[in-house]
Amino acid sequence: MTPVTQFTPLMSFGGGLLIGLAVVLLMAYAGRIFGATGVLAGVISPNAPGDRGWRVATLAGMISGPLAVALITGQIPAITMVSSLPAIAIGGVIVGFGVTLGSGCTSGHGVCGLARLSPRSLVAVPTFMLTTAITIYIIRHVLGGI
Amino acid sequence: MRLVIHYLIGLVFGTGIAISGMMDPAKVANFFDVAGSWDPSLAFVMGGAVLVAFFGYRLVLKRPAPVIDTQFHLPLSTKIDGRLVAGAAIFGVGWGITGLCPGGAIPALGTGRVDVLVFFVMMAAGIWLGRQYTHRRTLLATRRAS
Repeated sequence: MTPVTQFTPLMSFGGGLLIGLAVVLLMAYAGRIFGATGVLAGVISPNAPGDRGWRVATLAGMISGPLAVALITGQIPAITMVSSLPAIAIGGVIVGFGVTLGSGCTSGHGVCGLARLSPRSLVAVPTFMLTTAITIYIIRHVLGGI
Repeated sequence: MRLVIHYLIGLVFGTGIAISGMMDPAKVANFFDVAGSWDPSLAFVMGGAVLVAFFGYRLVLKRPAPVIDTQFHLPLSTKIDGRLVAGAAIFGVGWGITGLCPGGAIPALGTGRVDVLVFFVMMAAGIWLGRQYTHRRTLLATRRAS
């Protein structure tokens, strides 16, 4: 359950630059924060009439990302799960509930919020980084995987 | 036309996520596993994204308005409350269990994996639950205040 992954500083930094570019483009074009939580939540329960279309289009673009990479490299980037399917399902509910309560996730707080030096994000990001690290430590080094 | 532009902005984001490693739970978990199979790559994702967003936002927010709207929609709240901290902490537990966050999981749907779809559906349920919970709390608070 602890697969070794390769250190990829260049690909990761390049990917980060693209993420940042998308975040800036959405603000320049539509004046919106690019938080994956916010974009999705507005589809599940709309904030205003006519507010769904751009969100669905954005989500469709996001989902197409791995396919765009496959067009260039010839293969969809591989992903490796680190937990069992029941754990993935329970974790999904926890993630959804937490990001709604905390008004954001890695993109909304972690990229957009930090870039704006938002006081809320400056608190939220270290908080979730810490609980993520503690959770992973317990799962891997105390429980030995789930 | 607007929807096409939103799709393309989403595509830039999803492509960035896909090549950065953010949608791979093994890479996410290894970033936090300093005591085990540590992979620092994700620091480069955050670094690249925040770097572009930090300077990009400064340029964009100097403009009077975004392209298709009359104003920028920025979160106004600066209140650091229990809800923000608890939400972020809960999100971290789910991120630690699964290695998937909303911004990683949505592009990961493009790989066509069933386990990612399970995570996504459960996360959507969690977002719905979170909305119900916060809505009810707000109602109670208003009732108490009046």
